[in-house]
Amino acid sequence: MVAIHALDVASRGGRLATLRTAGFIARMPGNAREMESAEAAERERIRDLQLVATTRDRAAFRRLFDHYGPRVKAYLRRLGTDEDTAEDLTQEVFVSIWRRAEQFDPAKASVGTWVFTIARNKRIDALRRDRAPTQEADDPELEIDPAPRGDAVAELAQMSALVMRAVETLPEEQKKLLKIFYFEEKPHSAIAQELGLPLGTVKSRLRLALAKLRALLGEEQT
Amino acid sequence: MTDALTLDELLLGHAAGSLPEPLDLVVRTHLALSPDGRRRYRLYRALAGALLETLEPVAMRPGAWERLDRAIDRVEPIRVPPVSVGDPRVPPPLRPYVPEGYERLPWRNLGPASEVELPIGTPGYRARLIQLKGGKSIPRHTHKGHEITVVIEGSFRDVQGVHRRGDLVIADATVDHSPVADEDCLCLAVTDAPLKLTGPIGRLLNPLLRI
Repeated sequence: MVAIHALDVASRGGRLATLRTAGFIARMPGNAREMESAEAAERERIRDLQLVATTRDRAAFRRLFDHYGPRVKAYLRRLGTDEDTAEDLTQEVFVSIWRRAEQFDPAKASVGTWVFTIARNKRIDALRRDRAPTQEADDPELEIDPAPRGDAVAELAQMSALVMRAVETLPEEQKKLLKIFYFEEKPHSAIAQELGLPLGTVKSRLRLALAKLRALLGEEQT
Repeated sequence: MTDALTLDELLLGHAAGSLPEPLDLVVRTHLALSPDGRRRYRLYRALAGALLETLEPVAMRPGAWERLDRAIDRVEPIRVPPVSVGDPRVPPPLRPYVPEGYERLPWRNLGPASEVELPIGTPGYRARLIQLKGGKSIPRHTHKGHEITVVIEGSFRDVQGVHRRGDLVIADATVDHSPVADEDCLCLAVTDAPLKLTGPIGRLLNPLLRI
């Protein structure tokens, strides 16, 4: 067991190193300026979250709340949570963000992904009030490997900006499909019925959208 | 089969938080053990954050900031991530079900294999840990629904290939297999419908065995 674990650690460097800056720019959809502004926005959010962590800076926290609060609420509403519960759960999500800010590691996740993970786990815990929260639900980053190099933060900010841009460049129907899969808790057969498409078509469209995103990220197809 | 489950759907479902608990457990165990799985999962996590930005914002109520501003007066920061307790042999997602190590579980002997059912509590699903001794095999069977297996220790092989520690294997009605352990093997298997034995003797045993 110990030996296998050591191998796991050794293999991380090589895999993560596939995301190279040059490759990013070559595959970048849209123009470079938009990409840079998305990265700049991400850097500002990282800085705000780090200000919350280090100095309990309420102005920085408010900026994060103003941006993500209505989006977290939108996510909860979209999943069928009623207005009152969505408002209250969003408040709880931000109390968690305030308390856990020190645990945020910009080398592991974008601010948006970190916020989403906390919101997702809060919602799951609210649905399963009768159960003790799972450890994973408490620690959203538990499973994610630390990136091996010094420029990991910049690399991740680039990847986040790239995924964001890539989502914007997807055909409308594929974007819609991804949102349904992420934000509507329905069996796939119900999704197909709602879209008036055969299940096989829905699945192949989803695969297509994901393959496109993987190609943009320079990940091999498997 | 058009409703065949794929690894990507499971990873997406976990990222979105929409999987039933037994399937989520199997994905979390896979991610805990497999660097390849974690690498593949990165896209799904990044997508969650990116899609959050694309949602049409729903305004918070007037006074929401003041309410939050007051609420955070009363709470302490959580500085250290929760320390994982329990047997280090057991992947963290499984520890709530295996609090005192594998040996203390109520194993049921099934001949070549032994199994223990985890108290998962989601109707329609079964989650089991299965131990198979090196060189032994499970009787040939297919599946009415899906069987999702993660290798926790050791390895086994079947018609789909060799499966090693951390691998997630999806089998359904199109897969008729008799898994063989290459070395002592421990797996987590989640099924959403009973298995169906297909070997000549297995067919007779179907009504009796709940393998």
